[in-house]
Amino acid sequence: MIPLSWYLFLSAALFCIGLYGVLARKNAIAILLGVELMLNAVNINLVAFWRYLDPTQMGGQVFAIIVFAVAAAEVAVGLSLVISIYRTRGTVVADELDMMKW
Amino acid sequence: MGAQILFFLCAALILISAIMVVTVRNLIHAALWLIATLFGAALLYASLDASFIAVVQVVVYIGAIAIMFIFAVMLTRRELLIKTDQTNANWPLALGLSAVMLVALGYVIGGFGVTLNTTPAAIPAGVDPLTLLGKALLAPEAYVLPFEVASVLLLAAMVGAVYVAMNKK
Repeated sequence: MIPLSWYLFLSAALFCIGLYGVLARKNAIAILLGVELMLNAVNINLVAFWRYLDPTQMGGQVFAIIVFAVAAAEVAVGLSLVISIYRTRGTVVADELDMMKW
Repeated sequence: MGAQILFFLCAALILISAIMVVTVRNLIHAALWLIATLFGAALLYASLDASFIAVVQVVVYIGAIAIMFIFAVMLTRRELLIKTDQTNANWPLALGLSAVMLVALGYVIGGFGVTLNTTPAAIPAGVDPLTLLGKALLAPEAYVLPFEVASVLLLAAMVGAVYVAMNKK
């Protein structure tokens, strides 16, 4: 059978890949893609712990569903901000969006 | 044995396509690789007996979120951007930080050792996790309040997104 730690290692690796995407990518949409990878890593952890510890306690799955809702909200707001910025500034490169830097 | 092969196939699909998401130059391709990652995660949920989560993963993540990414990429496309470098000046630092994070997380998980279960807990006979999930989401003594707060958050985010993206002319 598959030990629980394999799932944890998988989600740790996925989280770190997402972290690299968030920190290294230039395009604002690509940064949001990295955030999605990190949220998915969290969800794999939640579902694996639910299955391996006590399947009659539904906290893990409920929390995973709430993470889905938060991810959808985050993407909607983030992408609308990106589109709004693109309309006014003509760029989606995060480095060039420094008008709030004093 | 079959379960382990399935796990390794899912893990390979998830990790390879996740690496493609953060490295490919064309953002449309990155969004398509994200769909592959999300599908691998959905397979993993299905193999963990979380059927509802697997279906929601396909419907919400692949059907809505990934498609929204593709729309956003198309709306903000600049031909120049594909040809220029897609990483910022700090990418070696980011790579190092991610590697340190991976080693630290691996050390912590490895340190759990024998306290982690090696086999899934048995689902008691006559218990359907899906029924339990439905009851837990709507029972006042369980998770109805977080559920409602999440739905209000989603509504507020949607209204805010429409307002922010609206063309005010």
